Amino acid sequence: MTRKLQESGLTKAQLRVVYAQILRSRRLDERMLQLQRTGKTSFHTSGQGQEIGQAGMAMAFEPGKDYYLPYYRDMTAFMLFGITAKEILMDSFGRYDGPSGHGLQMPNHYAAKRVKAVSQSSTVASQYPVATGIAYGAKLENSDRVTLVTTGDGSTGEGEFHEALNFAGVAKLPVVFVIENNGYAISTPHNEEYAAKSLALRGQGYGIPGVDVDGLDFTATYLAFKEAVARARKGDGATLINLHVLRMQDHTSDDNQRIYRSKAELAEVKAADPLKTMTQQVLDEGIYTQAELDDLEKQLKKDINVATDQAEAAPLPDLSVLSQNIFAPVDKESGIYGNN
Amino acid sequence: MATIDYLQALNQALDEELAQDDTLTVFGEDVGAPKGGVFNVTQGLAEKYGDLRVFNTPLSEAEIAGLAIGLGVSGHHAVAEFQFADYILPATNQIISEAARMRYRSQGDWSAPVVFRAPYGGGVGGGFYHSQSTEKVFVGQPGLRVVTPSTVRDAKGLLKSAIRCADPVLFFEHKRLYHSIKADIDPDEEILTPIDKAQVLRQGTDITVMSYGITLQYVLQAAEELAKSGIQTEVVDIRSLYPLDEATIVAAAKKTGKVLLVNEDNKEGGVLGEISAIISEQALFDLDAPIKRLAGPDSPAMPYAKNLEQAFLVQPDQVKQAMQELAEF
Repeated sequence: MTRKLQESGLTKAQLRVVYAQILRSRRLDERMLQLQRTGKTSFHTSGQGQEIGQAGMAMAFEPGKDYYLPYYRDMTAFMLFGITAKEILMDSFGRYDGPSGHGLQMPNHYAAKRVKAVSQSSTVASQYPVATGIAYGAKLENSDRVTLVTTGDGSTGEGEFHEALNFAGVAKLPVVFVIENNGYAISTPHNEEYAAKSLALRGQGYGIPGVDVDGLDFTATYLAFKEAVARARKGDGATLINLHVLRMQDHTSDDNQRIYRSKAELAEVKAADPLKTMTQQVLDEGIYTQAELDDLEKQLKKDINVATDQAEAAPLPDLSVLSQNIFAPVDKESGIYGNN
Repeated sequence: MATIDYLQALNQALDEELAQDDTLTVFGEDVGAPKGGVFNVTQGLAEKYGDLRVFNTPLSEAEIAGLAIGLGVSGHHAVAEFQFADYILPATNQIISEAARMRYRSQGDWSAPVVFRAPYGGGVGGGFYHSQSTEKVFVGQPGLRVVTPSTVRDAKGLLKSAIRCADPVLFFEHKRLYHSIKADIDPDEEILTPIDKAQVLRQGTDITVMSYGITLQYVLQAAEELAKSGIQTEVVDIRSLYPLDEATIVAAAKKTGKVLLVNEDNKEGGVLGEISAIISEQALFDLDAPIKRLAGPDSPAMPYAKNLEQAFLVQPDQVKQAMQELAEF
């Protein structure tokens, strides 16, 4: 049974923002798939089915204070950290002013300096060890900032996943490790990825709590993350959260999941769409009226159209970018080292 | 003035930088107290600067690298030690995919100003995995500096500069130089070696020899001996293996027109081939002899049995002979 939104302890105003952001993310995701299908962009990785879990996660952190190392389905959480649809679209179009990649990175490699969302590679779980370094920095600074790092369930087979959790346990680091578990590593189902009953059980092996969380339930997710964040802020160390979500779309725009998921399974996933559940909740709990939701949909459509046009009109990177920012500029006076 | 060896120079560099840079941390396998590293490079530092700044890590090379990178992106400096250059390989993804690309892919939003230290080189009975020169795995990665000091002064000055450098630096230390070379260093002198420059260690007019690591010592020794028979050698310490200091390399090649390149690593696919290409492109018509490379055989480095190990390693007499032959060409 999905818990009531009000049980999260968030205010009505906050819940309105959360829901609007989730809906914006869904509509933007649909737009980005369209843009890829019509040849305007090259690539998109959908996060549909993971939005509610990501929103519950993001709301437990303090954007601008806490560091965030996202993975490629994290558009909803990234937007809740303070990134606009236009910025995300600029990255999709490969525009220089896109905050994540400046026209250099593929789309969906979410990063933005102003919200301390750190640039990532595509070798999965690679961000896990980096997150521990940032978390170690908080200890050196005597800061209570927390580091959030996410990845998919397939990535948990990587050695770097293990190495990062092991050290985080040893050094009691203020980090929240998240597995957004949608049950698939591209086409490979979870039973071919790992034999454990739950990936949360791995936490015990590293001396940190491992928690299974229903990522289709906003309140349950938010409260679980709130506890993990509080634990990290207090100096009690890391938590591993196995966040159960759905992957509603293909792995990426280059994939066709109908090859490896049955019609029945896909119908089941569609029926379980957590956005439907949450929409019903916001209506039932009086957070939005139906008329307000209708207006919100209209407004989002308009906003995303404008954002798409603006992003498309933004300039591509100058060719000089090819050879700039490879090394730091050398200090002219000393000739010795680059400026930090 | 105090006479110190290459290893003490490295220890002094870490000590001085830990003292002047509050954000600096030093870590790796057995790096913390009480051991201070398997070669003792970090000896005494944890006692002096505390276990939070100088510490042991699990046997976890990708984590060691990632830990450094994360510290770097969040405004700290880090010196991560890999116990042997052979053991960097599990961390290759972190070093190349994350550290080397961080600045470029984010156009300067994020960077990883960290140092990865690694003892390399054979002749210590270490077999395949305690003897290799792994620099060729990492050179040619834009965004990643690869350097190696071959003098005591540079062991100190180059490590200090690497720590202050805003780029990720892979810092190779030849383990047979640790105690075999010594120099008088003024402990109060602030030594900062340019991070991206080769240096001419000896002036000469007959032949030019470029090298780094232990083989550079053989070159200097042979140059001294050959000078007695009237052969004057220009000796270049390559020092920055990536990016290469093209200006110094080309000028030194043009000066004598006869070039010998020497390193301990395999001959094919390494740093020497790139230096040779630079000279071919920019100084071919100034050459009086084919560019000659003297290096290890193209066999995996390096066998354990003493005779095989020695057969793999470039020997001082081979260096001298190659120099003599080039002079006579």
